Amino acid sequence: MFVIGERINGMFTDVKKAIQAQDPAPIQQLARDQLAAGANALDINVGPASSDKLGAMQWLVGITKEVVDVPLCIDTTNAEVMKVGLEAAEGNAIINSTTGEEERMEKILPLAAEYNCPLIGLTIDAEGVPRDANGRMEIALRLVAACMEQGIATTDLYIDAVILPVNALQQVPQEILDTLQMCKALSDPPPQTVIGLSNVSQGALHRELINRIYLVMALANGLDAAIMDPLDTKLMDAAITAEVLLNRSVYCDDFLKAYRK
Amino acid sequence: MPLTIPKQRWTAEVQTATIGATEAEGGTRTSTVTIGGEQTLPFLHFDGETPNRPVIAMEVLDEQPSGWPEPLAQHYEDVWGDPAAWAQKAVEEFGADLICLRLLSANPDGSDASADQCAETIQSVLKAVGVPLIIWGCGNDEKDNEIMPFCSQAAAGERCVLGSATEDNYKTICASALADNQMIISESPLDINIQKQVNILVTDMGMDLANIILYQVTGGLGYGVEYAYSILERTRLAALDGDRMLQMPMLSIVGSEAWRVKEAWQSEEDAPEWGPLEKRGIIWEAATATLFLHAGTDILVMWHPEAVTRLRDHIDEMMSGESV
Repeated sequence: MFVIGERINGMFTDVKKAIQAQDPAPIQQLARDQLAAGANALDINVGPASSDKLGAMQWLVGITKEVVDVPLCIDTTNAEVMKVGLEAAEGNAIINSTTGEEERMEKILPLAAEYNCPLIGLTIDAEGVPRDANGRMEIALRLVAACMEQGIATTDLYIDAVILPVNALQQVPQEILDTLQMCKALSDPPPQTVIGLSNVSQGALHRELINRIYLVMALANGLDAAIMDPLDTKLMDAAITAEVLLNRSVYCDDFLKAYRK
Repeated sequence: MPLTIPKQRWTAEVQTATIGATEAEGGTRTSTVTIGGEQTLPFLHFDGETPNRPVIAMEVLDEQPSGWPEPLAQHYEDVWGDPAAWAQKAVEEFGADLICLRLLSANPDGSDASADQCAETIQSVLKAVGVPLIIWGCGNDEKDNEIMPFCSQAAAGERCVLGSATEDNYKTICASALADNQMIISESPLDINIQKQVNILVTDMGMDLANIILYQVTGGLGYGVEYAYSILERTRLAALDGDRMLQMPMLSIVGSEAWRVKEAWQSEEDAPEWGPLEKRGIIWEAATATLFLHAGTDILVMWHPEAVTRLRDHIDEMMSGESV
């Protein structure tokens, strides 16, 4: 599984404070810690921390790049901010994200082609988030077709079927599992799939438990990547174990240690 | 209709390893051997790079072997009992890329040679040839643990490969290799899970991943070798898929396994339908080697000079990419 660490996000108080104080140390520590815990890429989101989104993104990417050498997942809905982030990441980035709306795709897809980087496509359009898996697949198909037109490899597209909190919309987690399976029949080679895991437990009481169980369920349904908290050790343990049980990594007695070596 | 060759995109590559150290690197070898680095399955040159060719190690025993069939014995009778001369012959006459020295004489049930005697043997072989060495004990864990520290020390700084670390016996050999800048063979009984576990154990002791060579105990052609093939192939697939604990180059013992099977040595009187004895063993060894080569093996440990020639020709052909 491709783990995208979620912690460098202005929604978190520690990150917000660091952005406002322009203090790189806590951010850089989070970057190193997430990598050591098994992250393959790091999400970078300014969040509500600053009104100067451009400057804040540039600064965040810059100081993170100083200490780690993995793809940075530039997380913004603003195309200007995206471009600044991609520029600062110097070619080692993932676009997070476009939706299936025409005008968003028109702005974001050329950036993926220009910077030759993978991108995350949310199954959202002008109508919002579809009710079921079929609705999500319609948008996913549009995203795949648009990528093909732009010459972007389908394997560089990560379909994010938009998980919603289980305490608000209890039918959605199952719809997402169906979507994950259907995505693999979309094209050959198929696009990859990703979820913003923590969303499933937003506002719920037993958040870690919900995240952990749902990640395993999603992996069993073909999930390729997750934006998640690698510092949650039990969550990582569950993911590593699931990969072994799904025969995606080779078993050995110390398989948890093997993953982290 | 034009044929489009489907290309596989791998996320990782096999680790590169250099065996042997020249004078500039703290040893006395006149040549070193670099293996690994494959970006794809064996010889699929259209998929990715194979930067280093697989190499041929020839085995040298430190005492006279017993029961070798004539077609094999005739090439070594003149050097039996003199491992330095044997090694020299393997390199100069037969073109071995490296020497795989087996210290059989240490076996307590046989000659029970001392650690000092083994160390002397190693030094004489190091003096006789300039190629890198793979040094293997006698196969008795207790005795090997006794001799290996001395053997390693006798070749300190030469970046030899010491065999072998197993799940139940790895500490002594690791400590020796770490102390003397040697590499080690990580051995498993044809079990990919145990192979991975041994690698975790030795890296826990501080062995660098770049100093490990993988070895699965296999048999000769016709004796479950297809299972061996599948294990080696699966190991290589895991490596290309990014499993760092299985990303090292692989070694296969071919000579002793091929000549062990009855098809290689049974007399023509007993098995006339099998054809001339003088060719059978060679074919058996060359075919076994070819199979391991195509499973992804980087170092093939061989016995018969003609099997070596056939294997080398085949490696030449596969590396040229012309047959693809």
